[in-house]
This record gives sequence, structure tokens and C-alpha cells, in this order.
Amino acid sequence: MADQPLIYARGLVKRFGEFTAVDGIDLDVAPGEAFGFLGPNGAGKSSTMRMIGCVSTPTTGELRILGMDAVHDGPRIRARLGVCPQLDNLDPDLTVRENLVTYARYFGLSRAESRRRADELLEFVQLGDRAGGKVEPLSGGMKRRLTIARAMVNDPDLVLLDEPTTGLDPQARHLLWERLFRLKQRGTTLVLTTHYMDEAEQLCDRLVVMDGGRIVAEGSPRSLIETYSTAEVVEVRFPGMPEAGPRFAAALEGVGKRVDPLPDRVLVYVDDGDAALAEIHRRGLEPSSVLVRRSTLEDVFLHLTGRTLVD
Amino acid sequence: MVTTLVASRVSPGRVGAVIGRNVGALRSGPSYWIVLLSGFFEPLLYLLSIGVGVGALVGDLTVDGRTMSYASFVAPAMLAVSAMSGALAETTFNFFFKLKYMKTFEAVLATPVRPIEIAVGELVWAIVRGSLYTAIFLVVMVAMGLAEPGWAVAAFPATVLVGLAFGGLGMAVSTLMRGWQDFDLMGTGQFALFLFSGTFSPVQDYPVGVEVLIQITPLYHAVELVRGLCMGVLEWGLLGHAVYLAALAGAGVWFASRRLTRVLCD
Repeated sequence: MADQPLIYARGLVKRFGEFTAVDGIDLDVAPGEAFGFLGPNGAGKSSTMRMIGCVSTPTTGELRILGMDAVHDGPRIRARLGVCPQLDNLDPDLTVRENLVTYARYFGLSRAESRRRADELLEFVQLGDRAGGKVEPLSGGMKRRLTIARAMVNDPDLVLLDEPTTGLDPQARHLLWERLFRLKQRGTTLVLTTHYMDEAEQLCDRLVVMDGGRIVAEGSPRSLIETYSTAEVVEVRFPGMPEAGPRFAAALEGVGKRVDPLPDRVLVYVDDGDAALAEIHRRGLEPSSVLVRRSTLEDVFLHLTGRTLVD
Repeated sequence: MVTTLVASRVSPGRVGAVIGRNVGALRSGPSYWIVLLSGFFEPLLYLLSIGVGVGALVGDLTVDGRTMSYASFVAPAMLAVSAMSGALAETTFNFFFKLKYMKTFEAVLATPVRPIEIAVGELVWAIVRGSLYTAIFLVVMVAMGLAEPGWAVAAFPATVLVGLAFGGLGMAVSTLMRGWQDFDLMGTGQFALFLFSGTFSPVQDYPVGVEVLIQITPLYHAVELVRGLCMGVLEWGLLGHAVYLAALAGAGVWFASRRLTRVLCD
């Protein structure tokens, strides 16, 4: 089991009629890993997650989860998965605690065991004091925590999280990250999608960037930055932008490895920010503002998937 | 064949868990109790107003050579209607809401539970609800002298079958609903069945074309089956009605689980 990947996919394709959502991807996720799917909307992340969750059937390709075939062993695989969907689908007719107890019963747990797990998990996600109340009055962060508790109710080997912190405030996000980190420490394998780069850097050991249904890059957050970006980025603004932008961009050519002109500022990708800054001044350019920062996954992401807005 | 196919793929434990969700809703507060109880009164009010009230103006009725009070003609029909509306309320409004807006089934399908188990579980729950109505209604009928106790007991399983048939039909229809506007359409259809299925007047009184049309629709068979048993008239025709209703139940569940798979598992 240890050397067998928890998720194994080869040539995975999902088509909806004419539209190809996932266009032949390969995956290997090891036990205990925190694995992320990054990509703009419509990149195929959620379709891939639904196939891994054994809810949607691959059009072609091979997909094995926990050593079993995703198409034929659906119920047996799902028995060992925890799923936290993108949109909360908690049951508003049930109390907070009853949401967990009812859900545990779907996995064949006894009523007594279901109650015990429910109480334990409500403590874990800090909702013990809301147990008897309805779901509706809970805040977005609380609902998300309850959904994660629900995903844990069968003590899963693999937890799938589709955009776990979208729409949450910073406090709620940090609390959630901390809980997910504790799951990871316990050895639970996490697979998540996100378009928050800080989330991917916080949680993922390894990630893939998807675009147009394909995997365009793969690696650890650090190795992706090293491969697709530079150590540092200099962001400079000039008076007279955006009209003057192209002129300044041309003047900055050669300062770093790559120049990326934006409407409001010019990004210069460099190995040494201070040296680059000195070079900019030496060329007689006088920016109205300057920011030297480390490269992030966001730079990688925008470099790989482009700046065009996808809806 | 359908039965064996279904049986081989359905786990009683998982079906039980689907039913358990609705029991959990009852445990979670008063709102669902209100929904549950309100559904009981409509057929009872019709029985009192039309069966008894209008019945006083109509006097006795002779159908197929048997003479009876108008109220005892209408009462078994209202019993069948009560089984129908209990099952339909659960498998249309509630089922549709869980499917489309609350995304309940989406959450359930992430667990080992299969679409067919959702369909069977929801149907069983609809029968529990419908049978609650019909049991009370039968007690009222006996108390009002509109049915013999022995025949009332015999009619009860028939009302369960009526619930199964309409529950299956309701679920199948729900998977095709686009939005609330379709419920108005369905309500009109349901009301037409309610008025013309031999409920308030014998179908033989209609022109032949209309009579044949009515005999194709499900509530007619439900009313005939339940009325036959309530009045203690055992005929081979009752078996035909029962077969019709059983077939409708099976087809409904089969269709609904297929549609659930199409809609939610793609």
C-alpha cells in the first residue's frame, strides 16, 4: 500500500457533449501528501475532482483511487473518501449535530458511533456550542468548518476539498488552514483546488497548474517558482502611465530576465532586486514608485495561464 | 426482472440511512411536523363538505346495481386521494427541493449511497407519510359508519400500494421539473385527476371517450381498488387495478433513479 499511489490517473479525459473539460491528464498522488490543483475558472479542476470523488465517470483513461478502479468500485472507494464541495450543501432541515449524525449513517456507521463521531468532530471544528441549532444562522466560515467536519465523519483516507476557503474572511481562512494542517499531520491525504496562491503555498506539498483541461506545470510551490519565475520581482510605476507604459517597458529591457508591462505598472523579473534597481537608476529612469518583492506562485500562475480574464 | 435487478444493487442499510435523514428532520424542529400534519386535512374537508354536505342534497346513489349513500361513495375515493396527496407532496415538493435547491442528494451521492437507494429510500418515506394519513382517515370512516372495520383493515394495504404508485410517479416527474412554474402545471393535472377519477360521480356517467381516457389515468385505478375493498366487493377487476398501480410504482422508481444518475453523476 505504501508504495502504491493513492490516486493514479493516466490519460484521464472528461467530455460533456462537444466540450472537453479535462483533456488527458496524468496524476500520481502519494499517501500523506497534500496535493493541489491550481488554475483559472474552467480549467477542469472541479471536473477532475468529481471524477476522483467517483461521482462522475471518466469519458476515457484510467483512474485508480486507493488501489481500486474508479468506475467499478465507486461505492467502496467513496466509503473511504471525505468530500468538501465548492458550494456548501449542508442540510438546512437538520440541526448542526444531526447533519453529521445523518451523514455518518450513509457510511453504515451505527447510530451510537455516529453520535460519538459527531460530537468529537464538532469539538474539532469548534462548533460544539452550536450543536443543537440550525445551519442557516451560521456564518460562512462556520458552515465551511461544518462541511469539513462532515467530510471527516467516516475517518477518510483521502479528503477532497474544492476551493475550501473561497468567500471566507481572513480569520476564518486561517482557522481553516490550521485545522487542515492538523489533518495533514495526522497522515490524511489532502487533495484541494484553489485559485488562492497563498493557500496553495500554505497547504500544498505539491501542485499542478491546469489550464484548458491540461496540466501545464507540476511541482512543489518552491520548485515551480524556481522554474517559471525568478527569485525576485521589481514592480515599478512611472508618471504618465498607461500611455507611457510601452516606452518604459522598452527602456527596462535587459534589466532582468523578463519584463511584463501592465496598464498601471511594469514588472521586472530579476534574480537580485537591489542590483536591478541600481541598474534602473543608472539608465536614468525615474519611477514614481518602486516595490521589490519575492516571487510568488501568483507570478508563476499568471505567467503560465495568462492575464486574460476567464469566466 | 426489474425487481431482481433492483434488489441486487440496493443495500437495506443505505436505504435506511436515506429514510433516517427525514426522521432526523422531524427530530430537528417543528417545521417539518407542520408540513406533515397540514397535508392530512384536505381530503377530510372534502369528505365533510361534499360527501356529507352535498350528499344530503343528492340522496342515495345506485352504481352497478348497488345502492349506497353519497357519502359512502365519496369516502373511499377521498381515502385514495389522501394516499395520493401524501405520497405526491413528499416526492414532488420535498424531493424537488432536495434535488434542485438544497443539493441534499448531491451531498448524499458523495457517500457510498447510490441513486437507486435514494429513490427507494425517499419512496419508502413517502409511503410512511401517506400511510399515516390513510390510517387516520380509515379510523374516521369507521367512526362515521362509512366502512366496516374488517374491510377498512383490508383497504389499508391497498392505500399503501396507491402511495407507492403515486410516490414513484411523483419522483419521476420531479426529476423532469425545470422550476416552480412546472408545479402549477402539475397542480392542475392533480386537481383534474381529483375531480374526474370516479371520485364524485361514477365514471360510467361520462361519454364513452372521456370514460376511456379516465381509465388510462392512475387515480381511477386507485379509487376503484380502494372503493371495492372498502365496500367489501371482491372482484377480479381489483387485481387488474393493483397490477396497474404496482407497474406504475416500479416504472417510476426505475425512471427516477436513472434520471438522478444522469442529472447528478455527470
